[in-house]
Amino acid sequence: MWQALRTELHPHGLEIVTVALDVDPESAYRFIDQAAPDHPSLIDSAHIVDELLGIVNVPNGVWIDEQGVLARPAEPASPGRNPTLDSLMSIDTSTLPPHLADTLIEARKIKLDHESYVVALRDWVTNGAASPYALPPDEVVRRSQPRPLEVATAAAAFELGQELHRRGHPSDAVAWFREAHRLQPDNWTYKRQAWSLVDPLQGPTDEYEGYWAKDIKAIGAENYYPPLDLSPAPRDRPTASDVPGSPPSAAAD
Amino acid sequence: MILTSLDIDTAELERRTGWSIQPQGACKGDVCVPLSDGVVPSGRVSVPELAERLRMPLLRDETHGLWALGPESGGRALTTAAAPDLVLPDRQGRAFALSSLRGRKVLLVAWASW
Repeated sequence: MWQALRTELHPHGLEIVTVALDVDPESAYRFIDQAAPDHPSLIDSAHIVDELLGIVNVPNGVWIDEQGVLARPAEPASPGRNPTLDSLMSIDTSTLPPHLADTLIEARKIKLDHESYVVALRDWVTNGAASPYALPPDEVVRRSQPRPLEVATAAAAFELGQELHRRGHPSDAVAWFREAHRLQPDNWTYKRQAWSLVDPLQGPTDEYEGYWAKDIKAIGAENYYPPLDLSPAPRDRPTASDVPGSPPSAAAD
Repeated sequence: MILTSLDIDTAELERRTGWSIQPQGACKGDVCVPLSDGVVPSGRVSVPELAERLRMPLLRDETHGLWALGPESGGRALTTAAAPDLVLPDRQGRAFALSSLRGRKVLLVAWASW
């Protein structure tokens, strides 16, 4: 999906790097092989990237400038309409089993602002730090996901679940995945990864109370992705260390 | 990060969490948190003390003898805007360092098959 945008913007100084968050790398390989991208396509089978950057859903994008400094934190990112999802739009849901019909009906309601994201990206590639979409470091930190203790604990629980699954103890992994879901219910990455290990279609299972169609109905499909916040950084914004609940050094010392 | 013992190598800590052990304490980006003398005996980090200092959760799976050290808490997901020093395998299994792209703008896209 990203190849066309990469072809357009690579000559102007942008590289795209895709990272598949998949406990089972084989699941990602077929998509990469089909896309045959020119850009680096990496595999993160331990979900390190989502923990480090605060990613709670996919697709998400992060901008990194020439000096290795983030210019935007993780946020919903799409290069345009997804042909695979578009192809689902014409399916007659009355021909499907109930939970698949539910899934498709909800998926059709999801909103993702492709156009604005690509406009912003092009502007940044052209104008760099002068782009209104490039954020200063303090603002990047401020706009990243909050990480209270429950969320950090969810990350640890999710990692134990992954580890046990990889070691061949999938039933033991479920308890830790459920704990991660309980602690951070709005983390779709934790939910969908765990659900998919039991049922690739993420329908109802004995292992989990939630499943994709049920949980998305609970929040409203239009809220599946938060709206893009492309507003510029306020000029008088306090620094990250002034914000209550800021990183440990400010609070502890 | 997954642990089988409660003292870990400083290099491994930095690779996995971004926190490096410096003379002034545990550091990530511009943030440094002072540590007491007992936290880094003999070049290895005592995990329970570090976890308490950085407000990192430490979970135990008794059945399998594992611990999981979660990320620091109490602030935002990002402690710093410096990009993490990621090294991940590509489709062919070759290690790719994000830092190899310094000098270019990068759009890092997280996706999944599920």
